[in-house]
Amino acid sequence: MEQKLRQLREESLDAIREAGALDALEALRVKYLGKKGELTAVLKQMGKLSAEERPVMGQLANQIREELTEAIENGRKTLSEKALEMRLAAETTDVTMPGKAVQIGRRHPLNKVINEAKEIFIGMGFTIAEGPEVELSSYNFDRLNTEEGHPARDRQDTFYFDDDDEVLLRTQTSPVQVHVMETQPLPIRIISPGRVYRKDEVDATHSPMFHQIEGLVVDEGITFADLKGTLNELVHRLYGPETRTRFRPHHFPFTEPSCEVDVECFECRGRGCRVCKGEGWIELLGAGMVHPKVLEGCGIDTEKYSGFAFGVGAERMAMFRFGINDLRLMFENDTRFLEQF
Amino acid sequence: MNLSREWLNDYTKIDVSDKEFCDGMTMSGSKVETVSNTGEGIDRVVAGKVTFMSPHPDSDHLWVCKIEAGLDRELTIVTGAQNVSVGDMVPVALDGSTLPGGKEIRTGKLRGVVSEGMLCSLGELGLDNHDYPYAIEDGIFIMQEPCEPGDDIKKVLGLTDSVVEFEITNNRPDCLSVIGLAREAAATFGTEFHIHEPEVEGCHDGDNIEKHLEVVIDDPELCPRYTARMVKNIKIEPSPAWLRRRLRASGIRPINNIVDITNYVMQEYGQPMHAFDYSCLGGGKIVVRRAEAGESLTTLDGTYRKLTPNMLVIADAEKPVGLAGVMGGENSEIVDDTKMIIFESANFNGTSIRKTAIALGMRTDASSKFEKGLDPEGTIPAVQRACELVELLGAGEVLDGMIDVVAAPAQEKTVTLLPERINALLGTSFTREYMISVLEKLGFTMRGDEVVVPSWRSDIEHYADLAEEVARFYGYDVIEPTMFRGETAQGGWSEKQAFENRLGSLCRAMGYNEILTYSFGSPAAWDKIRLPQDSPLRNALVIQNPLGEDRSVMRTTPMPSMLDVLSLNAARRNPSARFYEMATVYRPKADSRLADENIWLTMGEYGGDADFFQLKGCVEAILKDMRIENVRYAAEHGDPSFHPGRCAVITVGGRPIGVMGQVHPLVCDAYSLESEAFYAQLDTAALRAVQSPEKTFVPLPRYPAVSRDIALVCAADIPVADLEDTIAAAGGQYLESVVLFDVYTGAPIPAGFKSVAFSLTLRAADQTLTEEHAAETVNAILAALADKHNAAIR
Repeated sequence: MEQKLRQLREESLDAIREAGALDALEALRVKYLGKKGELTAVLKQMGKLSAEERPVMGQLANQIREELTEAIENGRKTLSEKALEMRLAAETTDVTMPGKAVQIGRRHPLNKVINEAKEIFIGMGFTIAEGPEVELSSYNFDRLNTEEGHPARDRQDTFYFDDDDEVLLRTQTSPVQVHVMETQPLPIRIISPGRVYRKDEVDATHSPMFHQIEGLVVDEGITFADLKGTLNELVHRLYGPETRTRFRPHHFPFTEPSCEVDVECFECRGRGCRVCKGEGWIELLGAGMVHPKVLEGCGIDTEKYSGFAFGVGAERMAMFRFGINDLRLMFENDTRFLEQF
Repeated sequence: MNLSREWLNDYTKIDVSDKEFCDGMTMSGSKVETVSNTGEGIDRVVAGKVTFMSPHPDSDHLWVCKIEAGLDRELTIVTGAQNVSVGDMVPVALDGSTLPGGKEIRTGKLRGVVSEGMLCSLGELGLDNHDYPYAIEDGIFIMQEPCEPGDDIKKVLGLTDSVVEFEITNNRPDCLSVIGLAREAAATFGTEFHIHEPEVEGCHDGDNIEKHLEVVIDDPELCPRYTARMVKNIKIEPSPAWLRRRLRASGIRPINNIVDITNYVMQEYGQPMHAFDYSCLGGGKIVVRRAEAGESLTTLDGTYRKLTPNMLVIADAEKPVGLAGVMGGENSEIVDDTKMIIFESANFNGTSIRKTAIALGMRTDASSKFEKGLDPEGTIPAVQRACELVELLGAGEVLDGMIDVVAAPAQEKTVTLLPERINALLGTSFTREYMISVLEKLGFTMRGDEVVVPSWRSDIEHYADLAEEVARFYGYDVIEPTMFRGETAQGGWSEKQAFENRLGSLCRAMGYNEILTYSFGSPAAWDKIRLPQDSPLRNALVIQNPLGEDRSVMRTTPMPSMLDVLSLNAARRNPSARFYEMATVYRPKADSRLADENIWLTMGEYGGDADFFQLKGCVEAILKDMRIENVRYAAEHGDPSFHPGRCAVITVGGRPIGVMGQVHPLVCDAYSLESEAFYAQLDTAALRAVQSPEKTFVPLPRYPAVSRDIALVCAADIPVADLEDTIAAAGGQYLESVVLFDVYTGAPIPAGFKSVAFSLTLRAADQTLTEEHAAETVNAILAALADKHNAAIR
């Protein structure tokens, strides 16, 4: 019997070693270790052995069973690893091929810039005020210290809806400031972005409709120095903390003192280039202390309160920011233009 | 305003580089646009004397000249000009020289003869014979200026001036003059400002202006002041070189001595002047009045102009001889044999002048100054200066006497100096003395605490104005920036703004690019989108003075804007396009002259996988994300802009929130869209109104769901939405969801019928759903479908 067992061992181990596939291995397991397997068959004859031989043979048989089980398990492992390896090799793809296209829409470059400005001001504690675009000339002009006879009120500059020049398309977002000053409690800290209209024929730098972002702060003790600090902060957040500014005296009807703010050219850093037409500076903002007459017109006590206001053209900002050289592209909405931003 | 720095030096000596000058002026409020030199572009051009001339051996018209040009030897230069003679002094462009316009001159051969440079004409130096009336234009410039061979031509011709172009703001017409800018410059650079008092000799011959002229102002509002002097024995001739040069530097073309004097004074004093030929003036009278209906005038530019009673004219006893403040009349123009003139130096109402100039389409140097409102005290100094120049130039004899009619005397203006208020506004701590020192430099005077405003500063009327004067000469840039303090404010988006932002984000997430379009459009668009003639959308706000018909009405519907953009993209052969816009529409309000301004979300597309259900899927996704529930899509067959079989009106609880569908083929044709286009519009205000409150958490189901698919056959015209409603109503507590997964028509389904298949998900909240419960639910659903829609299980 011992010899039979040893023979079986040799034979089965050889067969297991030779097995080239998982199902062949399984067949061998059944063949040798199954209920009707050969090893089992040998063991069934144990009863015929003497009492002395039985434990010795039993031990040997068990040893062979363990040996076979382990060999089958090892074979299985090796074969599955091999199989996986082959599958993975077969599944190899060209990872340099493009992914499945996902179309993400783009924000219009103008709104990109406007939104960025909104976020900056929200971060500085401002809220966003809105107002009508079809406006009364009293709000667009009179209340903003731009009296009857001012050139801005001419029909060649402003769109009107009536013969008496009383209803118009706002030429600036400043009337929103008047609405806010009339209705909101002090202090005020708002920006009013939006569409404005002036009677300019369409060309590379003009459009009868464009966008402004204006701001207004009214509180106790607001000064021109505060105006400078706030606008410096805006410029630093927009164009980087190193960007220098230049405040130049200017004239606007509803601010006094008034200024224009130039920003160091971000193309040449002030050395002078094509973008800034050699000046080293780019005119960005108009600003000033709200004229006390305007505040008083809104019922604000100028003994106690003062304020500053500023405005910037969004198209101008976007054109500089993205190097767009023709304003008409903004309102044409060619998909090839829009998808660049 | 172009300023000659040489001229400026008459009033204040400023000895700094052009760059320093420009920077300084810009930072004190007189913004410099450009700076240039009158001799710009001219280099290595000298005076040369012609010493010998011989005909070119190989040409019948060229001359070979020997030129003494201050070098160690004479130059040989070939010229084609026929006006040169030996002994003439001419401009010589040497080898390696440049001329205006970038032309370079080098030694070269002309028909075999070496020419070491070029003799120049006026034109080649950037001049014409208005600059040098004694010279001819089609020939070499034979100079009469005193000079030696070899002298730099720029020195000889005085082309050494710097010209600074300023952008002057509307509130400072006083700075549209040499004197005004000199005052600013002196205050900027701390130099002495000399004002010159014109001195006029007069004739002292017993003659007087009063004997010849009477001036009447008919309309004191439009003409507060009219000042006049007269000159007799006029000799019309060219002005001297220095005067011509200054005019040229200022961008004004020299004409003759009298015209030049009026222009010179306008440039120097900022006060427009006019000269009339006295002999053309009927009745020895000037009447400043409004034009009468039907009157006309041919102005100096030769244009016949019809006048209206809104226009102010200068008339004689019978007829208009000038358009006040804008342009003189041809009928009283100074001509070569003019013997006696009237100098007019008047003050006119700015608005009236501006409106006249606009109405006639003729903005002139004079009108653009008057329209800003000039100094009423400026008329006398200007007319005096003109007469002084007449005497200086020997252009005529100034009559004694002056007529100065003050119809509406100017009021002296004072502003109280409030140093604390000024410092509070600026965030500074200037002393009162410092403020006064700045103001006095600008011509303000003090009377106690009152600042007396000079007559030329109509812009100053408030302490805030004084604050600006102080701040700009201290330097805006020197004021230390601070951040404002105050109670902390909570910034942020309003609920409306956040809602609109979210809508935009969703559209972009689904691949729609944002567009921005004009708020106004053409009424023709209404026909293009096939709006019925009686559509309320044709009732729009109409711009009275539009930029053409195409931009004349405020849009009442956002659809044409989107279609225009689709059309442009299709025309440019972009194969597909997908856009959204947050488009404001402007509808007339019943109770107000203003508009109802509402924002609509529009989505439009063509090409790619665009179709009705692709767009609808996006609309559904948006509404779902925005928590808009119980949305109904009802077939709309009557909207003329849409395909009658592919249009849905979208409602929530009976309230319309929008419409979507395939654009009607005829509308596509109108917009030259060859492929099918799809369009949706949603009223954002309505959406906000029907938005559901934010969700609260629902526990995840603990028991498994059971799926049952049902396939029905029903009449083809029954909307799926109706079947879904019936299923939902009959499904009871266990029906969790109904999803359509197939619609089929064709064999073996009989004509007029369709097969519709739904996948039902059934679930009980408190137990695993039993087979019996599931069957009961499905049976109830099938029964209801059979009952309501005559739908049979397939």
